[in-house]
Amino acid sequence: MVNLEVNIGELEFRNPVTTASGTFGYGSEYKDFIDINMLGGIFVKATTGSKREGNPYPRIAETPSGMLNSIGLQNKGVDYFISNIYPEIRHFDTHIFVNVSGSTIREYVEVSEKLNDLDKIPGIELNISCPNVKEGGMVFGTHCPSAMQVTREVRKVYHKLLIVKLSPNVTSIPDFAKAVEGEGADAISLINTLLAMAIDHETRKPVLATITGGLSGPAIKPVALRMVWEAYHAVKIPVIGIGGIMDAGDVIEFMLAGSTIIQVGTANFLYPQVSIKIIEGLTEYCERHKIKSIKELTGALKI
Amino acid sequence: MKKYIDDFEIVVNRKINSDYFVLELKAPTKLQNIMPGQFVEVKVDNAPAVFLRRPFSIYDIDYRQNTISLLILIVGEGTLALSQLSEGDHLNLIYPLGNSFSIPQCGKTLLIGGGVGIAPLLFLGKVLSEKNIQPVFLYGAKSRSHLVDLDKFELLGPVYTTTEDGTYGEKGLVTEHSLFLDSSWDYDQLYACGPVQMMKAVALLSEEKNVNCEVSLEKTMACGFGACLSCVQETTGGNLFICIHGPVFNATELVW
Repeated sequence: MVNLEVNIGELEFRNPVTTASGTFGYGSEYKDFIDINMLGGIFVKATTGSKREGNPYPRIAETPSGMLNSIGLQNKGVDYFISNIYPEIRHFDTHIFVNVSGSTIREYVEVSEKLNDLDKIPGIELNISCPNVKEGGMVFGTHCPSAMQVTREVRKVYHKLLIVKLSPNVTSIPDFAKAVEGEGADAISLINTLLAMAIDHETRKPVLATITGGLSGPAIKPVALRMVWEAYHAVKIPVIGIGGIMDAGDVIEFMLAGSTIIQVGTANFLYPQVSIKIIEGLTEYCERHKIKSIKELTGALKI
Repeated sequence: MKKYIDDFEIVVNRKINSDYFVLELKAPTKLQNIMPGQFVEVKVDNAPAVFLRRPFSIYDIDYRQNTISLLILIVGEGTLALSQLSEGDHLNLIYPLGNSFSIPQCGKTLLIGGGVGIAPLLFLGKVLSEKNIQPVFLYGAKSRSHLVDLDKFELLGPVYTTTEDGTYGEKGLVTEHSLFLDSSWDYDQLYACGPVQMMKAVALLSEEKNVNCEVSLEKTMACGFGACLSCVQETTGGNLFICIHGPVFNATELVW
């Protein structure tokens, strides 16, 4: 019997497979396809201080082995989440993390503070890496002093698991990983999407209404693996690997590079039941390689 | 309505002309309660540049044969790859997706299709017929060869046609058809699917004639079930999503 259990601090996960914010709605969108309760956890859609309508259409572009998006954090705001969405999802028997975003440090702090009291939300993921909003978002994630400041201020008011989601749009990931660790982050997750663009050569226009957007999907996996590897060696806190994961083999690679848990993102759109198939694949891999506990794989890259 | 993901077997790949083909797909489990206007998301496997699924309206359903048919226009690498599949091949579908056209209790309905926008109207016409509501079709295309499966529509009700080049029916666009000038105009419900400009023009006519009008929209989407938030549509009630709040909208609720 393979043990897929892992933990981040004192929080135990039944397996390392969670779903990435912005690709899994609030979980209920997937209930026809999978049993949500089999997942290690879910990271729900980015939540901001007040309602946001998001960016104009077109918001996505198909690219080689991936896609661009510029959704722009469309959501109904934290108060709506707490009063309307949370009651609908709190019964899920899996860890629910809220992705927190904002335009100002004050907004991040306000949202985080409000989420503190939700007993079924064991942690938040601070989104300082969204490339698709004019203010805030990635600005915090690509400027080290800002990343430190927002982590520090949120840490003061948020008392549960604080995960900081890092942007890949920086020169040195280890600098940012160490910086947020130093300000009290309990874990880091990476990577968010890579700032990118798509052009239609026939019309000579950008495909996205916002011109640039964030690249995700298998196209970014090698970049993500490299950054997870670098971050893992820079910090002592757990690393959550994200970036183009499509199957169990990809998860193993992210764990070898240093991930404790992983997030499945864009693959959910293509194969809504992929996360469950990945869990089955992890068991099969561990049996084949005679691994008793999947924890052994974190950072176990043979060099 | 519960959504499924399954591998369907291609039982027929019928080439209509160089641009259009129909795939008839056999479901592995019993199909039930699929409504006209709903769509499927198809995984295209044999095209390297295609990453996302492709949404298609349901063209026809045969519950006895347990098949779904899709009318597909070749517009890019994905649809080209689908056109080259053989009978016996399998396709992975997420279905049924989206809302559906409303079915009135009685009255006279006009179903207006432009180009490949005719796709959801065959199924709609069938369901209307089953409810003893006479569907009347108005179908516009570039030319005679692009008016597909006219015989199937004629089995259900009168079919008026327009072609842009005048090779069949009246010359011009559907909204220029003499039907709209007829003094005996007495339709109670319009349905339209086609290019956005066509649907807008139909919506304007419906306002003038004070008749209810439903349109079926299409936009680029990644998932088809409300997770990716790509297919945003501005409405009088804020930004909604074509995949879950549509694809059918009452024309009056759209900001377009």
